[in-house]
Amino acid sequence: MTPSAPARLTADAVTLRYDRSVVARDLTVAVPDRSFTVIVGPNACGKSTLLRALSRMLRPSEGRVLLDGEEISTLPAKRLARRLGLLPQTPVAPDGITVGDLVARGRYPHQGLLRQWSREDERVVTEAMAATGVTDLAERRVDELSGGQRQRIWIAMALAQQTELLLLDEPTTYLDIAHQIDILDLCARLHEEEGRTLVAVLHDLNHAARYATHLVALREGRVVAQGAPGDIITADLVEDVFRLPCRVIEDPETGTPLVVPAARRRAAVISG
Amino acid sequence: MTRLPLRRRGSVPAAVTLRLPGRLSLRARPRGAVVVTALALATTALVLLLLGTGQEQLGPLEVVRVLNGEATPTQWFLVHELRYPRALVAVLVGAALGIAGAAFQSVSRNPLGSPDIIGFTQGSVTGALTVVVLFGGGPGTVAAGAVAGGLATGAAVHLLTRRGGAQGYRLVLVGIGAAATLSAANGYLLTRAGVDEAARGLMWLTGSFQGRDWTQFWPLLAACALLVPALLTRGPALGLLEMGDDTARALGGRPEHIRLTALTGAVLLTAAATAAAGPVTFVALAAPQLARRLTRATGPDLPAAAAMGAALTTAADWTAQHALAAVTLPAGAVTGVLGGLYLMWLLHAERRGGRL
Repeated sequence: MTPSAPARLTADAVTLRYDRSVVARDLTVAVPDRSFTVIVGPNACGKSTLLRALSRMLRPSEGRVLLDGEEISTLPAKRLARRLGLLPQTPVAPDGITVGDLVARGRYPHQGLLRQWSREDERVVTEAMAATGVTDLAERRVDELSGGQRQRIWIAMALAQQTELLLLDEPTTYLDIAHQIDILDLCARLHEEEGRTLVAVLHDLNHAARYATHLVALREGRVVAQGAPGDIITADLVEDVFRLPCRVIEDPETGTPLVVPAARRRAAVISG
Repeated sequence: MTRLPLRRRGSVPAAVTLRLPGRLSLRARPRGAVVVTALALATTALVLLLLGTGQEQLGPLEVVRVLNGEATPTQWFLVHELRYPRALVAVLVGAALGIAGAAFQSVSRNPLGSPDIIGFTQGSVTGALTVVVLFGGGPGTVAAGAVAGGLATGAAVHLLTRRGGAQGYRLVLVGIGAAATLSAANGYLLTRAGVDEAARGLMWLTGSFQGRDWTQFWPLLAACALLVPALLTRGPALGLLEMGDDTARALGGRPEHIRLTALTGAVLLTAAATAAAGPVTFVALAAPQLARRLTRATGPDLPAAAAMGAALTTAADWTAQHALAAVTLPAGAVTGVLGGLYLMWLLHAERRGGRL
C-alpha cells in the first residue's frame, strides 16, 4: 500500500476540541483506500479523538471530514451508517441480550418501519457470525462471555453493518496477549480477504508495525509521521513520538519493524 | 442474577418474520404476542368485574346482559354512565403510564427512570394544583394545567441534564431532585388554599378513578390515539439507545433526536394520564419491568408495557373497591403500596446486580 493510494476518508484541516480544551488544531489525516490504517501515539495525543471525528462522533469545530469527497456531517445518519462503521472503545450490550440478537442490531441502518428483517439481513448476519467464528455462541447471552469472545461479537455486529470502512477504537484493550493477536489477525483477514478499509487506534506500537499497511503517528494533536511502517518507524521517530529511547530491529516473524525499548541503565545514561 | 436463557434450541423461535410483497417484512416475537394477548384478556375480565362493582353489585354475566341492553334504567345508568367510563379511564391511564414508563426507562437506561420517580408526575400535579388553588379553574383548565406542568418539568429536567446527554443516573438524580422540590411546592400550594379548593386539590395528591366519567375519557382517548402509535414507532430506535450513544450513532441513530421525541411523547402521555386520574403512582415504574420479565425481550417492549399497565390499573381499582369493606380506597393508594414493595425489591436486586 502506498501513501499515494486515493483517500477514502479524510480529516481536512480539522480543529478538535472538547468544550474549551483543544485536542488538535489544523490536523490533516488521510485514510488510503483499502488500507489497514493504524493510529498510534502516546496517551492524550488525540488519537481516539481523531477517530471520533472521522466517525462523526465528534464534530470538528473547524475543518471538514470527507468520505469519498462528501462532507460526513451533511450525510443522513442512516446512509452514512451503511458506508462507515465504528466499534467504540467500550460498547454497551443491552441487559440480557443474546449474541445473535446483538449481531442482528448491526442491520439497523438497513432496516425500516416496514422492512424489519429481510432475507439479506438474515444472510449477512449469518455470514458475519461465521467470519468472526461466533456462530456457535448465537444463543448465548453476551454477559456470560469472556472479553475475547465479546470483542469478536462486537466486530461481528460491525461487520453485519456491511460498511466498506470500519473504524475500531482500541479493539485490543483489556484483552490478554493471545486474544489481542487473535483480534488483530481477524482484522487483517477482513482487510485482506474482504477488501475492507480498516482504521484502528492501537496502543501497542509493535502490533501497529506488524499489522498496519499505513501508520499515522500522532503527538500533541499533530501528525509526526505517516506512511508504511517499514518506511517510517525508526528509533528517532519512536523517541520523538513516545519519548522512549529504543532500538528498532527486524521482526523475525514478519520482517516488519520491531521496537525494543532501551534497558533502564541505558535510558539513564541518555537522559543524564 | 440467574435468569432462564432467552431461547433454547428447538423450542419456540425467538422471532418470526412475515414477508410481504415489495421486499417489505415485519418481525414479531411469539412470546411477546402471547404475553400481550394474555394481559389484554386479563384486563377485559377485570373491566367486566369493575362494571359489576359498586353500590349495586352485578355478576359478570349480568354485566354482559346490561351491555346488551337488557337492563333496568337504573342498571343502565350505573353501568353506562358511572362505571364504564371509570373502567375505561383506568385502562387508558394504565396503558399510557406503562408505555411512557418504558420509554423513560429506555432513555435513562435505568429501571428507576419512571415519571413518578423523576418528577414529571409531580410536575403535572403542580400544574393542576396551581390552576385549582390560585385561579379556581374548572376541570378543563385543570387538565390543561396538568399537561403544562408536566411539560414544563420535562423541559426543565431535560435542560438540566443536557450536557452529558440526559442519560443514565444523571437524568434519574436530577429528576429525583425535581420530584422532591415539586412535592414540597404541592404541599405549599395546598396550605395556601381555601377549604373548598383544598378539598378539590386533595384529589390531586392520590390518583383515583372514583367519579371519572366520559368528560375525562374522551380527551385521554384522543391523547392516547395520537401519542401511543407515535411512541410505538420509536421502539427500535429506543432499543438502539440502550447500546450507548456511540454505538447508536455508529448504527445510524440520532441519540439526541431519539431522546427528545421519546421524552416529549412520554411526558405528554404521563401528563394526559395524570390530568384524567391524578397521580397513579408506580404503574409507570413497575409495568415495563414486569412486562419485560414476562416477554424476556431485550429492547423496550412497548406494547407489553402498555398491556401490563392497563392490567395493573384495573386490578388496582378493583382491589381498591374491595380491600376494605367500609371504605373505598383511591386506586393510587393501592398502586402506591404495591409499588413501594416493588421499589424495595428493585433496589435490592439492582444492588445485588452491582448496578447501584
